[in-house]
Amino acid sequence: MADGSRPCPHARTWSTLATPASAQDAERSDDTTAQALLAALDVSSFAAKGEAIEAIVRSDDPRARGWLQALLDGRLQRTDDGRFVVVLDNAGRQWPVEDALTGEALGEMSRRDLDRIGINNALRNQLRSAIAVVDLYAADVGLRRASAERLLGEVDGDLAGPLAEVIEAEPDARVKERLLQALAIYRLEQGEVEAIDDLRGSLHPRVRVALARAASGAVESRAAADDGPVLAEEARRALSGIEQKLKVNRAVETLYFGLSLGSVLVLAAIGLAITFGVMGVINMAHGELIMLGAYTTWAMQQWLPGQPGLALILAIPAGFLVAALAGIAIERGVIQFLKGRPLETLLATFGISLILQQLVRTVISPLNRTVVTPEWMSGSIAINDALSLTLNRMVVLGFALVMFAALILIMRRTRLGLEVRAVTQNRAMARSMGIRATRVDILTFALGSGVAGLAGVALSQLTNVGPNLGQNYIIDSFMVVVFGGVGNLWGTLVAGLSLGVINQVLEPWAGAVMAKIIVLVFIILFIQKRPRGLFPQKGRAAEG
Amino acid sequence: MQSRSWLMRPFGERSTLIFLGVLLATMALVTLLHVAVPAGHPLHASAYTVNLFGKYLSYALLAVAVDLVWGYLGILSLGHGAFFALGGYAMGMYLMRQIGDRGVYGHPVLPDFMVFLNWDSLPWYWHGFDMAGFAFLMVLLVPGALALVFGFLAFRSRVTGVYLSIITQALTFALMLAFFRNEMGFGGNNGLTDFREILGFNLRSSDTRLGLFLATGVALALGYVLCRAIVTSKLGRVCVATRDAEARTRFLGYRVERFQLFVFVVSAMLAGLAGALYVPQVGIINPSEFSPLFSIEIVLWVALGGRATLYGAVIGAILVNYAKTVFTGVMPDAWLFALGGLFVLVTVFLPRGVAGLLALRLRRSGDSDASFSAKEAAA
Repeated sequence: MADGSRPCPHARTWSTLATPASAQDAERSDDTTAQALLAALDVSSFAAKGEAIEAIVRSDDPRARGWLQALLDGRLQRTDDGRFVVVLDNAGRQWPVEDALTGEALGEMSRRDLDRIGINNALRNQLRSAIAVVDLYAADVGLRRASAERLLGEVDGDLAGPLAEVIEAEPDARVKERLLQALAIYRLEQGEVEAIDDLRGSLHPRVRVALARAASGAVESRAAADDGPVLAEEARRALSGIEQKLKVNRAVETLYFGLSLGSVLVLAAIGLAITFGVMGVINMAHGELIMLGAYTTWAMQQWLPGQPGLALILAIPAGFLVAALAGIAIERGVIQFLKGRPLETLLATFGISLILQQLVRTVISPLNRTVVTPEWMSGSIAINDALSLTLNRMVVLGFALVMFAALILIMRRTRLGLEVRAVTQNRAMARSMGIRATRVDILTFALGSGVAGLAGVALSQLTNVGPNLGQNYIIDSFMVVVFGGVGNLWGTLVAGLSLGVINQVLEPWAGAVMAKIIVLVFIILFIQKRPRGLFPQKGRAAEG
Repeated sequence: MQSRSWLMRPFGERSTLIFLGVLLATMALVTLLHVAVPAGHPLHASAYTVNLFGKYLSYALLAVAVDLVWGYLGILSLGHGAFFALGGYAMGMYLMRQIGDRGVYGHPVLPDFMVFLNWDSLPWYWHGFDMAGFAFLMVLLVPGALALVFGFLAFRSRVTGVYLSIITQALTFALMLAFFRNEMGFGGNNGLTDFREILGFNLRSSDTRLGLFLATGVALALGYVLCRAIVTSKLGRVCVATRDAEARTRFLGYRVERFQLFVFVVSAMLAGLAGALYVPQVGIINPSEFSPLFSIEIVLWVALGGRATLYGAVIGAILVNYAKTVFTGVMPDAWLFALGGLFVLVTVFLPRGVAGLLALRLRRSGDSDASFSAKEAAA
């Protein structure tokens, strides 16, 4: 409505193109003309309405776009006393309206006093392309881009001529390319073989539809009659080129989704790789530590309303701390009493996981909580027409890799890492060398748990945050650790990423659930073949 | 004792006789209270109570099966719910076929859910389940076959300890996902239900329920005796040796994986039998029986009752499930707290479970149970 008053950037308007003589030096339409333009819409014949729409487009009135949009949305209405208004909100009985001509708010009107100007599907299409045409002159590149998108496959004979000129004047390369394609689709439909050159390599679905039509021989060639097969042949060739490109795109997309899923698996499993792999402690409550991290993110966002980004950043240390403290409590409270009895540890920590789940259900809610994705993480990067990569997944993937690198550094380069490895390899010897094994145990467990908390912070951006969040990941995490080889962080990375990719590759032809089953069965069989995983520990450490 | 056949040996043990005595007395008492005491009397055992006891006994049989592999073989299976559910599904398929054309859609052969999915014929694996004999055989054979294949692969590769636990859990998880799919032909999410009769007896009549309760009791008694016979046999001794020192047993020349495989398959079949007895009593079987949570709960029953005693498993199963019935009725929110707390308390403070406490008293009074001393040696 209000955005109808943009100046034309090219000093040329639609009206100059469509009807060069009449409106060239027209002043802004005064209200009487505008009223007449709208009144022309208020007829019962759809054909007459179509002409009225044309007239509005030609009028070069700055309010034209607003009217067309309102008409398209069914919000352009006539009052009983013959004025035209735009309905702002049509909930309830009393609707707020504004004057279509002056744009001033008229307060609320009863729906009974209003008459909607009805349109049919043909008019709807006409309106859409009319709006697109109006938008082509917008100063804003975004609007022009969107309008060019809409024109693909919608260009008709009336538009083709003026469009060519618009293309000449268009400064933005992407808009220009789009418009060229839109025009080329029209030319192709008219049987121009050369038009195919402009369409080659485009991944847009509309282009593919047009080419497929031409390839099937449905389009008459404009040249000599025996050129018909040539056109179809050309179109087919262009189409197969596009298909080839699409295949590559799909492969890249699968890989991306696979890596994204894999990064989630790595995140969930890496903490386990530390507690299970390095300490030999089976922590079935690991999933619930992830859940705690996710809930910390939620709590942070509750605490800092309106600043989801800041809350998310703060949640990273907070989630780590919360989960690490919970981990220390679990280690001190239960696990230390069950040293050397892995199966009992498994059962006890499973009990803890049940308690934590129920605690969240009772204290917070059994329902899922919403964690807001900050603006800089939402949306996606469009690589081309067929491929766009969602930003949140990319951030999580990056986060997983950074976290992994940090863990590797901690294990390889710090005093703690050295001590952890020493205690892992030979507890008694390490102790006699002066390493406080109990302290190392606590710190390792806290590290593993804290990492689970970090995983929760990241996962809160991808999945629902609810009491079952952890349960959904625990089996997968164990699978990743076992598949990669216990006690090997690199194994966990490789296993997580490859399982994610395998899953995504299987999904299209097997379905999501079946893909998961196949992966599980695959791991079960793999463990039979290589009981120590992809990268088994060698030497004495392996005998533990 | 040595002169008797291995199958008769358990009857020479005091613990077995006490167990069988208590079991028979319970069965007789429930029957008496149900049949002889008129309804409305405070001591009357209603059909609901009988059903509940029947359910507990089938759980007890399942717990015995888990104790056989965990207590005597040292294999912590977190996937025994899968064998239980498979037995249950085999029974459910039989009960489904018994409905005949009395389903909602009135199709003479196809169960309702298949008509609903627009299937026009029975999948091949549903054939034969209209015959009781075949179906009851499948109750044992399907879980047995799965255990055979899975166990063969796992034990041959010497997958043991926590690794085995984790992949058994993955096994039941994968099966759960699979059975949730409608395309599998097992009723998907809803599973199999709306059963009418078993062997011609109406499942809703209280007489049939009493019969099922008694049958479950008998199955539990037989299963218990079979397990005792196995663990007191020479084979059982090898199993205990495997549990305590697998490598040494192997060095002594025993093909450890064969013993493990045999016991694992027997245990899976018992679990399947328990599932088959469970399903007609609760009237439904759905994929939630495959959930890893259920399988791990079974392990808790055994842990609470006391590992490597068999009767401890029975005590644990009944105690936990009775507590569950009470808790979920009175304050459902508290149940998971209680269950979780039990896991922690039992493993930390009661490593030998309730049976351990009992055995402690028995030993003080001078008696020493064979299996207990075996476990002592292990510790």
